[in-house]
Amino acid sequence: MWLKDSSIGRKFIMSISGLALVLFLLFHGCMNLVLVFSEEWYDFICGALGANWYALIGTLGLAFLVLVHFCYAIYLTIQNRAARGNDRYAVSGKKEGVEWESENMLVLGITVIGFLLLHLYNFWFKMQLAEITHGATAPVELATKGAQYVIALFTTPVSGQIYCALYLIWLCALWLHLNHGVWSALHTLGWNNLVWMKRIKVIGTIVATLVVLPFMVVVCYYLGVGIGMIC
Amino acid sequence: MDQYIDIKVRVWRQAGPKAQGHFETYELKHVFQGASFLEMIDILNEQLVAEHKDPVTYDHDCREGICGMCSMYVNGHPHGPDSAITTCQLHMRKFHDGETITVEPWRSRAFPVIKDLMVDRGAYDKIMQAGGFVSVNTGGVPDANAIPIPKPVADEAMDAASCIGCGACAAACKNGSAMLFVAAKVSQLALLPQGKIEAAARAKAMVAKMDELGFGNCTNTGACAAECPKSVSLANIARLNREFLCAKFKD
Repeated sequence: MWLKDSSIGRKFIMSISGLALVLFLLFHGCMNLVLVFSEEWYDFICGALGANWYALIGTLGLAFLVLVHFCYAIYLTIQNRAARGNDRYAVSGKKEGVEWESENMLVLGITVIGFLLLHLYNFWFKMQLAEITHGATAPVELATKGAQYVIALFTTPVSGQIYCALYLIWLCALWLHLNHGVWSALHTLGWNNLVWMKRIKVIGTIVATLVVLPFMVVVCYYLGVGIGMIC
Repeated sequence: MDQYIDIKVRVWRQAGPKAQGHFETYELKHVFQGASFLEMIDILNEQLVAEHKDPVTYDHDCREGICGMCSMYVNGHPHGPDSAITTCQLHMRKFHDGETITVEPWRSRAFPVIKDLMVDRGAYDKIMQAGGFVSVNTGGVPDANAIPIPKPVADEAMDAASCIGCGACAAACKNGSAMLFVAAKVSQLALLPQGKIEAAARAKAMVAKMDELGFGNCTNTGACAAECPKSVSLANIARLNREFLCAKFKD
């Protein structure tokens, strides 16, 4: 199967799964942003996305995408390290125009996954899973009255601010990952040429910023609320 | 103004493909900055021969930046700390008095060291043999202007064709990927009408051979294009991806 056996096939899988996750994050970020404007609307979204069949299928699809993206990343890295050979260069100079993030995609990806586990515990475990298991993991009300829960989590003195700080670090890692990932995915799909090279990198940075910004706004807003700067 | 400088050269010495390699540091006095880097290695070798020591083995041929033989990793860069040149075009004026210059061979699983700084780049030849050509019937030579080709296309094909197959791309890549080389060789033919006929088969065959020989997966870091002595563009890699994916989806 060429999607597994050829290097471009493997990169194709990385690109497609990565771009699909970017689309999900855009959707997720927009939903989050609603919380800043209206708690009622946010609760409506929480209710609509709870344990409904389409939300469950979506969740399974996402889990599959993350798993594929992660497994292929590990597979590619093992192959790439082997291709480098046993002897490393004694001196390795800075290469002109090579982005730091492009050389550290695995580290950034693992950072994102690490925080993702915390995020799943905070939200998925206590909201969707609670609803699926009828309250076995957390009270079912959290799922339908998400706004109060989220606000409490991010504004409770000290622990709320620690959470905000952790989320900001996470979002920075995500931005760096996407700043290379988005244009690289398009390039791997063959959507690039001499004229579009610079444009596509700018598009990548814009998409990365658009994805991360809504999340940032929500975290910063509740950080402000938590420390009393925003009423 | 070029001056005479005293330098130390830290060279990778390896007796054979299976032998354990190590660095040796040699002192060179009174080296003229107008000398080329390879002339400096020649001076070092004369000194070593005079001392009844084994001279440093290294690849070189044309010494004018065309053959791509002089594969050396100098101070952390393939072809040394200058842009768009081969090692033979590097001059000692890029180094200063008292400097220690580290010289290593290409380090990539697909380019095993033969001796000292000389590596076996036969892997690139095998990729070329897999499909880097146009099949033609021998016979009368057609007129050069019989097939019109737009100037921008011809230029891009010519730029891709400037690849000399030196291996700097795979040597510079943190993934040991040969994608820039294969992309240049696929592009130079895929862009032209004569090469388009076999474009799909060529892309598939060359990529399959590249993977088989143990080169890594491209992650678009761009180190290859940054270090390429002929400034072959990263855009060629997008074209190779396009050619390969289209060919596979058509199957």
